[in-house]
Amino acid sequence: MDIIYILIPLSVLFLLVAILFFFWAVNSDQYENFESSSYHILLDDKKKHKTNDLT
Amino acid sequence: MNTLNNLKTDIQYEYKVIKQLTIMAIFWGIIGMSIGVFVASELVWPDLNNGISWLSFGRLRPLHTNIVIFGFGATALMATSFYVAQRTCQTTLAFKNLASFVFWGWQFVLILALITLPLGITTTKEYAELEWPIALIIAVVWISYAIVYFGTVAKRTVSHIYVANWFYGAFIITVTLLHVVNHLSLPVTFTKSYSIYPGAVDAMVQWWYGHNAVGFLLTAGFLGMMYYFVPIQVKRPIYSYRLSIVHFWALIGIYMWAGAHHLHYSALPDWVQSIGMVFSLMLLAPSWGGMINGIMTFSGAWHKLKTDPISRFFIVCLTFYGMSTFEGSFMAIKTVNSLSHNTDWTIGHVHSGALGWVSMISIGSIYVLIPRIFDKRDMYSIKLMNVHFWLATTGTLLYVTAMWISGIMQGLMWRAIDDDGTLTYAFIEVVIASHPFYIMRLFGGILFLFGMIIMAYNVAMTIKEKTLELSKNEKVMV
Repeated sequence: MDIIYILIPLSVLFLLVAILFFFWAVNSDQYENFESSSYHILLDDKKKHKTNDLT
Repeated sequence: MNTLNNLKTDIQYEYKVIKQLTIMAIFWGIIGMSIGVFVASELVWPDLNNGISWLSFGRLRPLHTNIVIFGFGATALMATSFYVAQRTCQTTLAFKNLASFVFWGWQFVLILALITLPLGITTTKEYAELEWPIALIIAVVWISYAIVYFGTVAKRTVSHIYVANWFYGAFIITVTLLHVVNHLSLPVTFTKSYSIYPGAVDAMVQWWYGHNAVGFLLTAGFLGMMYYFVPIQVKRPIYSYRLSIVHFWALIGIYMWAGAHHLHYSALPDWVQSIGMVFSLMLLAPSWGGMINGIMTFSGAWHKLKTDPISRFFIVCLTFYGMSTFEGSFMAIKTVNSLSHNTDWTIGHVHSGALGWVSMISIGSIYVLIPRIFDKRDMYSIKLMNVHFWLATTGTLLYVTAMWISGIMQGLMWRAIDDDGTLTYAFIEVVIASHPFYIMRLFGGILFLFGMIIMAYNVAMTIKEKTLELSKNEKVMV
């Protein structure tokens, strides 16, 4: 089970990277505006693609 | 800070490579599922290969899994991720020529799989059977894919990164890690290598890989697809953006630890098995977060189910997703696993996820994508999409139900003991008892494949139509 001496430090490293990513996201205001974020893609699609919406 | 009015109208999106990837995804889907139908037939008629080694079940089953996962699934992910990244980041694809290399390189990998696996050239590690020269090519192509994808997101002209991109991003990064770690091996000849890991350690690495292939390639990646194409099709925003963020982080954090549930009651240390079981159970919550988010996006749009086959695909695929993730957590419980392991229930579970979730979300998303990238109003035929929907749903249900019955039956028959303590059934008796269910499963698979062929026809007719011509479905008011 000697592999565990590599696995645990490696896992902790990945955890730290993930935490870094998370805080980058929070600090760069990625999670600031939930309302417009979800509508943006609909407006973008509406502009370019005029489908004959029978539904 | 981006505003809703800031949408650019003049971006020349790069669609060529997306078109290529989308068409090949359908092609490989048909190839991979045809091989699936063939190997299912071999289980019904064991002498079907007539002694020909490269048609044997042992060699063709991994060809089936590799082609459907990497040929159909991964190609569909590449296509949709390139589309979603461009549209949500309001920018063109980065490194266009590298993206083209990704397409051609990936097709080359699949051709090599088509050649080497029937020849019996294999690492024997599930979903990682391709030998080391091909694994190296995969690494180069995959890293190129990562560069194109993240390069596109990096040059976004809006500050917010839409949630689908988080899922695609996690999938791409994790698959890179999984592929490299699980393929670490000592090449002995051009066609043979040996894993650097010994015994039980290798088994754990393999199933850390295998389960995270499910969790990140087959789940996170396709959740990325879902988070874009479902709202687009039903013209509603995602039900809860907050939930999408929360369940994303929970999902990627927990999925990593679940792999040991493939090794219950094996030589793997008990404490590792326990970790696998506990994290697999916890995984239910973030998984269902995704399902709820997708299904509830239909709020105010349920009426679309009456007329839109794509909406039907989406609702059914999300239902199968919820069902499969519950089933997976359930089967990860050691006591349950003691019955299900090595039975057809495992295959039933796989295909509930693979046909019910992965295939159907891909099919629905491709039906949304094709008119957009080929500049058509709609798919050629709504009726054919409906036929496809019913074939896919019926086929999946037949397949999965057959495997549930045969799987549980196998588990019970194998462990049945007479009063004197001896086994009630010989192994061959259980094989014979399973036979009718193999026929039922074959029929389910044939229906599903037939639906894919109809899809190919519908897509071909859509592409052939002149741009902006009225589609068959359009009613002109006079």
